[in-house]
Amino acid sequence: MNKTIRYAIVLSLVALPAMAQVAAEHGRPESSGGGMPQLDFANPWTIAQVVWMLIIFGALYLVMAQYALPQVEGVLAARRARIEGDLETAQAAKLRADAAMAEHQAATAKARAEAQGAINAATTQAQSEAAARSEALNAKLAAQIEAAEAQITSARDTAMGALRQVATETADALVTRLIGKTDTAAVGAAVDRELAARSLANGGRA
Amino acid sequence: MAAEGKAIDALSQFELTPFLGALGESVRFSQSNAHMLLVFGLITALMLWGTAKRAIIPGRIQALAESGYEFVHGIVVGQVGDEGRKYFPFVFSIFMFVLFGNMLGLLPYAFTFTSHIAVTLALALLVFVVVTVVALVIHGKHFFGYFLPEGAPLALAPLIIPIEVISYLSRPISLSVRLFANMVAGHVMLKVFATFVVMIGGAFGVVGIIGAALPLAMNVALVGFEILVAFLQAYVFAILTSIYLHDAVHLH
Repeated sequence: MNKTIRYAIVLSLVALPAMAQVAAEHGRPESSGGGMPQLDFANPWTIAQVVWMLIIFGALYLVMAQYALPQVEGVLAARRARIEGDLETAQAAKLRADAAMAEHQAATAKARAEAQGAINAATTQAQSEAAARSEALNAKLAAQIEAAEAQITSARDTAMGALRQVATETADALVTRLIGKTDTAAVGAAVDRELAARSLANGGRA
Repeated sequence: MAAEGKAIDALSQFELTPFLGALGESVRFSQSNAHMLLVFGLITALMLWGTAKRAIIPGRIQALAESGYEFVHGIVVGQVGDEGRKYFPFVFSIFMFVLFGNMLGLLPYAFTFTSHIAVTLALALLVFVVVTVVALVIHGKHFFGYFLPEGAPLALAPLIIPIEVISYLSRPISLSVRLFANMVAGHVMLKVFATFVVMIGGAFGVVGIIGAALPLAMNVALVGFEILVAFLQAYVFAILTSIYLHDAVHLH
């Protein structure tokens, strides 16, 4: 298709240099002088010009209608289709991105919940462990305290038992030194009486 | 070529001369037709080769071709509606032919074929015939109802019908004279002021050369104005064609 048109165009473009030549020899045509040349319809060139124009315009219309305009329309349609296609692709990509975003958010929320659960469990476990440990420690300490107290009590009881003997012997010795004789039974009874009185007085402290 | 005569010769620029001497003489091919051929080549090159690469991102030439396409397409679809697509190549050819003819004529040494009433009248008659044929093909005999608008009182028919017929028939006249007169006026003005530049500059020595700057500045402004007119007249031609096509397709 294009070959004929190409020849036609080249042929018409050849007119350009030729026009310079025409302009150069644009001297004195066989002008009748006076009046507008355009209104000189007696001049056969005026009518010939129109005949040639109809031929050239017809060619222009044919080339435009048959080749040029469909081609431009094709280019424009291709661009429209391309833009629409790109928009659709972008739309699809956006949808995919949105879905991925939602998925990601769900996963994040799930992970966060899981982590929270793990933290809670660990906290509870640590708390119960700590409570158990401190309880065991308390029990151990209490047992130790109890043992110590029992030891103290027994030590005091021992000390108290020894006290009667020491007091009796001391009192015996003192009485013997003072009066030369002694009555061990009476001294023992007196010591017992005294100890009982002290023990009553010190009862709350023992 | 102008200034050596005693009078200002603003009209000889419109004279037709044979193209390429004897060859043009033999087939009556004038320099005007050579410009039409050049316009044909330029438009075809722009539209066909400018978009040959079919680039998704257009280059300059392709963007120009595409904006030309979309501009005229907008005019046709805007005026005629979707049914107008069929006539788009015709309006596009008319618009580009007139636009390139007007613009090309502004170049020095170039000939402006749209400054010939024979050319513009032929184009306008072509539009007229196409529009009338389209109307007759679409509406048949109903087309003649166009000359008596619906709802008009029958008593006024003897008045309305001649008015409508005359206004319909005067379309090609107004269409062609508008373009022709605009182009002629512009080119005559350009020629007159250009002649002033040469006359004043040549006649009064140094003072004259300074004084010649005034019409020269005028011409610079005029060329800018003429570029506007060149585009505007092509636009008017195309949009009026579209409006006539609308009437033909829709009958009011």
